[in-house]
Amino acid sequence: MTRRRRDDLLANATGLLVLAVMVFPIYWMVTTAVKPGKQILSLTPVWFPSSPTLANFADAVQRPYFWNNLGNSLLIVAGTLVVSLTVAFLAAVAVARFGFRGRTAFVVLVIGVQMVPLTALVIPLYLLIDKVGQLDTLAGVIASYLAFVLPFMVWTMRGFIVNIPVDLEEAAMVDGCTRLGAFVRIVFPLVAPGVVATSIYGFIQAWNEFVIAYVLLSSQRNQTLMVWLASFTTYRGTDWGGLMAGATLCAIPVVIFFLIVQRHVVSGLTAGAVKG
Amino acid sequence: MRAAMEATGATKPFAETSSRRRQRILKLAAPYALIAPAVAVLFATLGYPLYFLVSISFQRYGLKELLAHEGTWVGLQNYVTLFRDPLFWQVLARSVAFTLACVGATMVFGTLIALLLTRLNSIVRVLLTAGLVFVWATPAIVAVDLWQWMFDYEFGLVNWTLTALHVGNFIHHNWFYNPAQGFLVIAIVVVWGAIPFVVITLYAGLAQVPGELVEAARVDGAGYWQRFVNLTVPILKPIFLILASLSTIWDFQVFIQVWVMLGARPGNDYFLMAVYSYAESFRITQYGTGAAIAVVLVGLLMVLSIFYVRQMIKITDGGL
Repeated sequence: MTRRRRDDLLANATGLLVLAVMVFPIYWMVTTAVKPGKQILSLTPVWFPSSPTLANFADAVQRPYFWNNLGNSLLIVAGTLVVSLTVAFLAAVAVARFGFRGRTAFVVLVIGVQMVPLTALVIPLYLLIDKVGQLDTLAGVIASYLAFVLPFMVWTMRGFIVNIPVDLEEAAMVDGCTRLGAFVRIVFPLVAPGVVATSIYGFIQAWNEFVIAYVLLSSQRNQTLMVWLASFTTYRGTDWGGLMAGATLCAIPVVIFFLIVQRHVVSGLTAGAVKG
Repeated sequence: MRAAMEATGATKPFAETSSRRRQRILKLAAPYALIAPAVAVLFATLGYPLYFLVSISFQRYGLKELLAHEGTWVGLQNYVTLFRDPLFWQVLARSVAFTLACVGATMVFGTLIALLLTRLNSIVRVLLTAGLVFVWATPAIVAVDLWQWMFDYEFGLVNWTLTALHVGNFIHHNWFYNPAQGFLVIAIVVVWGAIPFVVITLYAGLAQVPGELVEAARVDGAGYWQRFVNLTVPILKPIFLILASLSTIWDFQVFIQVWVMLGARPGNDYFLMAVYSYAESFRITQYGTGAAIAVVLVGLLMVLSIFYVRQMIKITDGGL
């Protein structure tokens, strides 16, 4: 018994140690962001910010193009979501509710294309979008983002629709609903939370994307926040306080949204794996 | 179409069969109509660009061709040049080694932390899970920036800590001067970001290991290690395989961790496959060779993906 308690104590202590090691970099980012300059560039680290300040955030927000780039990020995310949600929803219904020739091939395609690296895709996308004169426009970026947001959305949304028992629909049809009517009245309300979760995930992916925006959007005014963030680092040195404040700002919406959908992300990527 | 059907449906029994047939056709056509937009979008944004990527890998496509929007066909020349270039083989070997190291570290630490989670009391477990989710949620660019700050040569915490612990004199130590050390930092960024997904997925899987089985094994005198090898591992094997192949696919295409960490100016010593392809295309405007490298990268990833997709299908069998 005592040995068991000692083991438990040891396990919990190790757990806390792992927690500290994993989370410390984030803690350090956030505390650096609220420290005055003197405490950031100090030869002995200041572990707890004694006089927190929002000066770094003010600096970051006042850097050139912050508001433009924030607007661009939001527009790109919104555009990507509107198109991909509609298209993905229809495809997910087909995969989840109909048996048809070519279904497995379509599913394999949807899972398979998620493995294509964006760094490989960005070369032809750049050349093709240049050909049609859409470089440095948000439309070109939105079109490119569909390539990686859409497959994931089809796959996740399919999971949500599959989980709604067909019996419910059939019951409604027995009661006189058409197939479409049953779908709209029964399935749609039940699948709504799934649609929300899927769009949040799409938001995160589009918001975080770097390579495509970095290549396609050449002028600073047209860039997204993630590219803006990379612009803090120059060879002349880095404004660490401002960068950490900017990084915190860019991470906040993602972290909040991520906390909401985290559970669904696991099941999307490894669907059914846990069942064994 | 409806008009034509109504026209033929003049007599009653005929009308019934024709409306039934119409329903059957609709039912057959419906799924294809539903996936058509998705197929069209995927073709335009993925299929055609991939075809175009392969096609420019057979062309000379430099600055002149970029301005003319037209490459010159050179057959296999880009590939021949590439395969004769020792740099290509160096980068390929480096990418494989980097991937193996990162995947190995991710899986080992991920498994250990997942096993640890099962032994914690509920408060510590919730805290650790929450912390992992925060790490997972951190955008890749943000992660690169914060680790850059941790490893800063002048005011970075890592140098200070290592010096304070008397590991050596790390004052003003530049981690990126020597690529071996630079890649250690890059691997830390990659593994740190990858661990939470592995831990949380494996932990969910561990919860599925039947408690009675474990208890029975314990009663029969099986030790912790024996129970792990003979019970936990076989039950978790499918998840293991999926996680390992996903991590391999992700780590083999690492780009921004290198590119942003080194201020968009990584030297040849820091090239991984994706960085090499990018630098060849966008830094020295040789899209033909850049595309050829990208084709090799996609080809290798495709082999890995086939394994992953097969695993997914096997596991969800019928559930697809």
